[in-house]
Amino acid sequence: MEPWSTYRLDDFLLFSPRVYWRLFEAQNAALWPLHLATMLAGLALVLLILRRPGRAMLWTGLLLAPLWAFVAWSFLLQRYAGINWAMDYAAPAFFLQAVLLLAAAVMPGGPALGRRDAVSRAGLGLAVAGLLPYPALALASGRPLTMAEVFGIAPDPTVLVTIGLLLMARGRWLALLLPIPLLWCLFSGLTLLAMREAQAWPVLAGAGLATVLAALRLAQPASRR
Amino acid sequence: MATAALGTAMLALPPGRALAQPTPLARAIPSSGEMMPAVGLGSWITFNVGNDPALQAECTAVMAAFFAGGGHMIDSSPMYGSSQAVIGRGLAALGRPAALFSAEKVWTSAGSNGPAQIDETRRLWGVERFDLLQVHNLLGWEAHLDTLFAMKAAGRLRYVGITTSEGRRHDLVEQIMARQPLDFVQLSYNPVDREAEQRLLPLAAARGIAVIVNRPFQQGALTRRLEGAPLPAFAGEIGATSWAQLILKFILAEPAVTVAIPATTRVDHVRENLAAASGPLPDRELRGRIAAHLGAL
Repeated sequence: MEPWSTYRLDDFLLFSPRVYWRLFEAQNAALWPLHLATMLAGLALVLLILRRPGRAMLWTGLLLAPLWAFVAWSFLLQRYAGINWAMDYAAPAFFLQAVLLLAAAVMPGGPALGRRDAVSRAGLGLAVAGLLPYPALALASGRPLTMAEVFGIAPDPTVLVTIGLLLMARGRWLALLLPIPLLWCLFSGLTLLAMREAQAWPVLAGAGLATVLAALRLAQPASRR
Repeated sequence: MATAALGTAMLALPPGRALAQPTPLARAIPSSGEMMPAVGLGSWITFNVGNDPALQAECTAVMAAFFAGGGHMIDSSPMYGSSQAVIGRGLAALGRPAALFSAEKVWTSAGSNGPAQIDETRRLWGVERFDLLQVHNLLGWEAHLDTLFAMKAAGRLRYVGITTSEGRRHDLVEQIMARQPLDFVQLSYNPVDREAEQRLLPLAAARGIAVIVNRPFQQGALTRRLEGAPLPAFAGEIGATSWAQLILKFILAEPAVTVAIPATTRVDHVRENLAAASGPLPDRELRGRIAAHLGAL
């Protein structure tokens, strides 16, 4: 077998950037104005976590779980799988994440908010970034707003917001809830990098930051998680 | 739907343009003597457009221009996402052109999965049998070659081949070429990637194996690098009006090469590529100058 070192990143890219971004344009056209509802729901979650932390993680799980399943079905399977056979593996991972989020929300001992520390504040920043500025990356990259990626509609912002919200919480479940989102960020960031999209950097930086934060969170003694 | 796609495709062709084009260069497939136009059509990345109807129609227009310009070989693979289905739609919209030379691949590590994958590929193309089936990147090559040779013996396949790209596993490619009764080998070759000249192209010539050149523009990286750079004056000596034509003429001037398969999403580019196979080709001295010039840029 030829050494992996002989392959470049773009050797694994199966489609052109034009085709990739048109997937989001088609998704947005088909689902508008659902975007308003998903973004409002995301903002409501952030406010709930900030103002009424008691049952916030229950509602976080109850909202995020169907959104992960919806993105898996409506985008990964209905659109992205048409140009990338890797979605045959990614979509089940998204469905699994939906089940994990739901289980963590309703089972005893699920993630719970604790004292606000540097990790949770960084998580809040990541969640807000995934909700508000992320769709504007389309404009910043020279694409029309019709190709924007929106929380609850497209995978990347959905994943980033999920990671951010999870980092605000504590508990053993985080070790189960974070790997799939982090792996997706790595996959998507490398895909964007192969397409020579500057947007790769915020995704990869977000994933890198989240990995460090998650490691910090999980390394904390159980009583402080 | 098919009629609409065909209409869109034909609208992309100026009336009479195809008739005005000269007959492109053709090379003989050594194992049969069958003549093959020297510029084919690849589908890596370019035809992987998923379910996007507008982009599917663009691909059909590219195929229409390709056949109108005298092209025959279209090449794809199960690895190329939706490309096979897009080709199948295009062929149906164009009324299944008789000129088609269908080149496909088997790409699965398990030999036992090969026949089912080939059947699925055939269904996607909408053809009764393929002209050429190749073992993609040598994946599971021993078992797949057994399958392909058996299909050829049974009259369910005309030609058998293997593929590699970007210079990978040339040692194994050479061994297989030396020992197996291959009709085709597919590899990467262009003015800045000439490794195949050392052993594979001479061996192909000696063994009577047709050579398909993939990624002539290094997946567009080479032509992107040359964007904005002025064509050298010597390009005019062989009638090359673009970097793409100069590169293709360099490749086609290699006698061991049977067909090059550039991939494109644009009708003007497919015409430009086909035109490279018309008119004079560079001699040995000029090929050296082309390679040196591109290597220096």
